[in-house]
Amino acid sequence: MSKQTLIVIGNGMVGHHFLEQFAQSPAAAAFDVRVFGEEKQHAYDRVHLSEYFTGSTHSDLAMGTEDWYREHGITLHLSEPVTAIDRDAQVVTTPDGVYPYDQLVLATGSYPFVPPIAGNDQDGCFVYRTLEDLDAIRDSANGARTGVVVGGGLLGLEAANALKSLGLEAHVVEFAPRLMPVQLDDQGGALLRQKIEDLGVQVHTEKATTAIVKGRSARLRMTFSDDTDLETDLIVFSAGIRPQDTLARACGLDVGERGGIVIDNRCTTSDPRIHAIGECALWNQRIFGLVAPGYTMARTLSAALNGDSGAAFTGADMSTKLKLLGVDVGSIGDAHAQTPGARNIRFHDEQAGHYRRLVISQDGKHLLGAILVGDNGPYDTLLQYALNGITLPANPEALILPDSGDAPALGADALPDTASICSCHNVTKGDICGALDAGCTDLAGVKAETRASTGCGGCAALLKKVVDSELEKRGVAVSTDLCEHFPHTRQELFHLVKVNGIRTFRGLLKQYGRGQGCDICKPTVASILATCWNDHILATDHVPLQDTNDTFMANMQKNGTYSIVPRIPGGEITPDKLIVLGEVARDYNLYTKITGGQRVDLFGATLGELPEIWERLIAAGFETGHAYGKSLRTVKSCVGSTWCRYGVQDSVGMAIFLENRYKGLRSPHKIKMAVSGCTRECAEAQSKDIGVIATDKGWNLYVCGNGGMRPRHADLFATDLSDEQLVQAIDRVLMFYVRTADRLQRTSVWMENLEGGLEYLKQVVLEDSLGIGAELEQHMADLVGTYQCEWKTAVEDPEKRKRFREFVNAPERKDPVQQWTSERGQRRPVLEVVSES
Amino acid sequence: MKAKTNWQPVCTVADLVPDSGIAVWTEDGPVAVFYLPHRLPALFAISHSDPFSGANVLARGITGDIQGEPVVASPLYKQHFSLRTGRCLEDDTVSVRVYPVLLDGDRIRLEVPVAQADSVAA
Ligand code: SRM
Ligand SMILES: Cc1cc2nc3c(=O)[nH]c(=O)nc-3n(C[C@H](O)[C@H](O)[C@H](O)COP(=O)(O)OP(=O)(O)OC[C@H]3O[C@@H](n4cnc5c(N)ncnc54)[C@H](O)[C@@H]3O)c2cc1C
Ligand code: SF4
Ligand code: FES
Repeated sequence: MSKQTLIVIGNGMVGHHFLEQFAQSPAAAAFDVRVFGEEKQHAYDRVHLSEYFTGSTHSDLAMGTEDWYREHGITLHLSEPVTAIDRDAQVVTTPDGVYPYDQLVLATGSYPFVPPIAGNDQDGCFVYRTLEDLDAIRDSANGARTGVVVGGGLLGLEAANALKSLGLEAHVVEFAPRLMPVQLDDQGGALLRQKIEDLGVQVHTEKATTAIVKGRSARLRMTFSDDTDLETDLIVFSAGIRPQDTLARACGLDVGERGGIVIDNRCTTSDPRIHAIGECALWNQRIFGLVAPGYTMARTLSAALNGDSGAAFTGADMSTKLKLLGVDVGSIGDAHAQTPGARNIRFHDEQAGHYRRLVISQDGKHLLGAILVGDNGPYDTLLQYALNGITLPANPEALILPDSGDAPALGADALPDTASICSCHNVTKGDICGALDAGCTDLAGVKAETRASTGCGGCAALLKKVVDSELEKRGVAVSTDLCEHFPHTRQELFHLVKVNGIRTFRGLLKQYGRGQGCDICKPTVASILATCWNDHILATDHVPLQDTNDTFMANMQKNGTYSIVPRIPGGEITPDKLIVLGEVARDYNLYTKITGGQRVDLFGATLGELPEIWERLIAAGFETGHAYGKSLRTVKSCVGSTWCRYGVQDSVGMAIFLENRYKGLRSPHKIKMAVSGCTRECAEAQSKDIGVIATDKGWNLYVCGNGGMRPRHADLFATDLSDEQLVQAIDRVLMFYVRTADRLQRTSVWMENLEGGLEYLKQVVLEDSLGIGAELEQHMADLVGTYQCEWKTAVEDPEKRKRFREFVNAPERKDPVQQWTSERGQRRPVLEVVSES
Repeated sequence: MKAKTNWQPVCTVADLVPDSGIAVWTEDGPVAVFYLPHRLPALFAISHSDPFSGANVLARGITGDIQGEPVVASPLYKQHFSLRTGRCLEDDTVSVRVYPVLLDGDRIRLEVPVAQADSVAA
């Protein structure tokens, strides 16, 4: 029996998703499949299009590979747009030929709407939809100074961010009175605007562009209806999208009056042989401008073509959560309270820059919608309440009020099996349980099986929560072994060391491990031993355990030399000490740089030079800065009340006190702190593991923030603390962290993984719910008491100094590969990689 | 032809650091000598040069064993090198030179190619 032919027009996200679904369905066997794509490249992840500007290539963004199409017998016609559909002859026409079909799928997506403005078509005018568009924008951006985005919606702001990342001064011109009119209300829009302007993007609302002409100071000039104008080198139109329905209109299919190919619940158009999915489709008078609904349509259609009579598209949730120019924005369900009788709860913290609005049903039982600006923290929980009609707590405001202790955290258990966890791939909690029952034993397995969180990624955190709690229920032991040598977690090892008074790695290995150890467990155990007993890290037993940076108490650089970072508590330094640093750097010809941590880094010291250099630094009163250790790095400070006209407390004094108290504390990962003298927060305390901000009554304590790979703002932990209360709280937080965290877990990740999260941590630390407060403080006191500057001890001990011989049998030899060149008046290494084999 | 070699004395037992490495200078350039007291043989010598960075640093890596194979981890990019074969566990196209070691009294000797004009040793 001869096969039928299925043709898909459009090789975008939804078209591709449809093929993935269809290719693995029974019906696939009965069809020859052809795909026509207008773009040069095969389907790619448009959602992450902007990453194309930050290094991603097409193959990074690509969905599937051309091989995948070949393997599944799908013929892919790229750069071959379909120009006409003949429904009577059942053929489609392209510039290269005429192809018959039995079933036809339109997945033509949408195109950016360009407002009819005189001059909108000249050089320097662009849209933001395809890789080609971005190439064009990039070309025109070099040599350009400013860029304007027309349209202050979701995509417009993303485009503005892209222009910024290309080094342009970015402007956003919005016709409506506020940004993101669809998702936000006035208050939310205003706050978003303020935040975005703080980031240096200039926002112009209520501006109707009347014409675009050649500019004087820049390439182009835009004139507005209010007779103002704006000069810019390039313009990106992002004033909304229009469904790509040209083919459908031309062949007489039903289309909506504002565009869109009319489909029924089975994604079939007015012609039973023709179907439409994705952004080109109009369902129930609605266009869906998000990928998740498109994917749902794709799955529905695939099921329908497989004869599944139950398959039906029943609309989709349009809630969105995104980071625009680094600003959290979330909009859920009926954000504008259009449901009759809907009630609002608003919370606006102008200081923290958070705006939150809940839209609640008349009877106050259910969450209909929500708006978040500044912090998407509550988003996941709120979305679950809205999507699953979970009954709200008696005090719904607790859901959005900051750290009101009684905020009912919606644990994974509270979710019904029907709860949608991943909307991109339509995975419910039930599906996840199914996968686990079917034998998946970890997150990766569940991802592979259900594809959850392989789309926009927005659900990753929630997915992990669900998987973990379900695994736990099933009593599955998730392997948390540190490495092949220890069948224990760091936390367990810490416990074993402490209770059994084990003082050496060998001892621990003999009793609780196997083999000889490795570069994972040795430093971990070293850190545990240091925390428990605080022996010198160069005590002979410990030497071989340390990372080279710890062994030689300096950070190894790419050419085998080391950097030296003396401690400069709070960033305060006397001119005399500053001069010593300069002299040492000059005498040893060390590359000198001010670090991001308010101190000085001296690079390029050889192993042999380290002890001599430290002798001089110690003589001048310096101590090690532990830049090499998993331990306290710096306590940044702002100048504070001593000088600053706004300061309300002595932030420098407190920073120096804290740095001296916690210096040398060995921990699972580096710890960073900062102290600001007032709410202007010049010390960036809210980006630190421990952040302290002065108030006129005392100190506010923030915990578990960091910059780095995954920046996270610290959470407000306690307010208006006295000096004593502050130190007590920090002692407990740090010691609890050091004892319970995993290896290389920053405080943020540690806290997020604590069952009960921030609230739990507050109970342990502020209410002493575990009754270990005193013990934690005592332990900290012991460590503070036994602190020694490792470098001081090292230089004074000839045995330890022996470790610092570059070549034990040739003291005078210089390492031959350490070649130098000079740059901006200082020396730097030259070293090309020699790969022998 | 086999390169001419000799057993060059490089250091004494006192110089060794248990479970760790030290760097010595030989006629064949920098070499890392490791002493793992808890296994036999206990002495290993491999090139001090880390093939991934070109820097002379391997002696400063952490020693241990992976699946029973004695290894050192590069202190720079953490690849593991077998102390017996010099093979890189992460990338078997890469390996470092291994030198035979011998304990002669309290002196450690390495067998290194004699540095000479027509030496075929790398
Ligand atoms: C020197 C410095 C850059 C500079 O020239 O300013 C620096 C240099 C290094 N950083 Fe950093 N970081 C430096 C400030 C920072 C900051 C900014 C800050 O502290 O205010 C951050 C982001 C803030 C944060 O950590 O929360 C930062 C985030 C990182 C990370 C990512 C940490 C994370 O959680 O994602 C790493 C990688 C790691 O630690 O795993 C890292 C690792 C490193 C290492 C140790 C990488 C390495 O092993 O060679 C670099 C060696 C330093 C050296 O050789 O002395 N560095 N690093 C800064 C030293 C500060 C100091 O005085 O101690
Ligand atoms: C910058 C940007 C950011 C976005 N961010 C998000 C986000 O965060 N979350 C979210 O849910 N959505 C986001 N979207 C929207 C998302 O990309 C779309 O919903 C999704 O791509 C729709 O898929 P589609 O297949 O319907 O359309 P498309 O992906 O546009 O695919 C349609 C394809 O059909 C081709 N085509 C059109 N006509 C023809 C023809 N006649 N012949 C042959 N081929 C034709 C087009 O060239 C195109 O390649 C974003 C979009 C952009 C541009
Ligand atoms: S944080 Fe406050 S006190 Fe400190 S420098 Fe800024 S304004 Fe001044
Ligand atoms: S919601 Fe997008 S990947 Fe799960």
